[in-house]
Amino acid sequence: MTAAEIWEALAEIPDPEIPVISLVDLGVIKDVEVENGHVRIDFTPTFMGCPALETMEREMHAKVRELGGEAEVRVILDDSWSTDKISPEGREKLRRAGFAPPAPRPAGKLDLVQLQRGFRCPYCGSTETRLENIFGPTPCRSIRYCDACRQPFEQFKTI
Amino acid sequence: MSERTDLLLAIADDELILGWRNSEWTGIAPFLEEDVAFSSIAQNEIGHARALYELAAAELGTTADALAFDREPEEYRCAPLVELRRLEWARTIARHWLYETADEIRLAALKASDDTEIAGIAAKMDREEAYHRMHAEMWVERLLSTDEGRRRLNEAADELWPYALGVPDDELRPELRRRAEERFMRKLPDVEPVPRGVHEAALAELWEEMTMVRRSAPEGAHW
Repeated sequence: MTAAEIWEALAEIPDPEIPVISLVDLGVIKDVEVENGHVRIDFTPTFMGCPALETMEREMHAKVRELGGEAEVRVILDDSWSTDKISPEGREKLRRAGFAPPAPRPAGKLDLVQLQRGFRCPYCGSTETRLENIFGPTPCRSIRYCDACRQPFEQFKTI
Repeated sequence: MSERTDLLLAIADDELILGWRNSEWTGIAPFLEEDVAFSSIAQNEIGHARALYELAAAELGTTADALAFDREPEEYRCAPLVELRRLEWARTIARHWLYETADEIRLAALKASDDTEIAGIAAKMDREEAYHRMHAEMWVERLLSTDEGRRRLNEAADELWPYALGVPDDELRPELRRRAEERFMRKLPDVEPVPRGVHEAALAELWEEMTMVRRSAPEGAHW
């Protein structure tokens, strides 16, 4: 069992709430180490109140078990995960599923003005969009509305 | 109990109890978007509480759930500001803004801590809290833009001000006052803070509700 095999297996785990994207696409796997059959996965959760976190952990254990190993999942609660860690493939998958991908994390303070700018509508591509609600159906999403195609859509929050 | 655990519990209790209070708007907020907003904010706050309880639990040899639900109401360390029952809208927004501002000041101090675990969690929490602050700010601005909104928000801010002062430690209070006076564009009353450790009667009521399921299955249950 090699670290590369573990990465490959983890890439098969879908995000429990946005299943079009995998845990590896999401960038929440910080590190994988394999030593004498012992697997250690460093996991950086997205939002701290996300109810999917426990499912993610469970799935990681199950995947490693399928490969005949036992995993130790170390949960790292610091500022090292950001939406900037979502892979380019992950961003494309989000867009295709109707989610506007997150804007890059700003160098300074995040403010309302940045959220109010015209993000591109994932359905019609127009930037005539506006913020309807900072909050959405899960902690990681905001609700926006496209004035061009008159559809609401979800935006992945920048964090 | 170490000073570190005491600090972790104070913040965790603030976030847990406020999370419950915010969730009281679920289903009955003035409009649907606020239902979603306060529910989501509640979820974040309770997530923060869980992470902080886990740190404290590791030190105390217990579990996050036991800390959240198995203590007696008088053992909670939260500031009385978060204990107050679901309030009318202007008071809800006043508490929201005052708490989030006090919390921002507290988190800024914790992010600079030598304790890397605490500094790390504080930095992560702060990224999420930025959205709560923008939400609170947006509402304060909105209420201040009409005569009635301004009157009601100002009354609420005066009433809650001694409670708000009870959230941060002594040395951080002047910064809270500075920001609040700048935001409300006036001087706020010189009053004694309502300190941590004394509790509003509303906490015991909330505790009854919050711990009911846990008390009904003391051996633990799987869902």
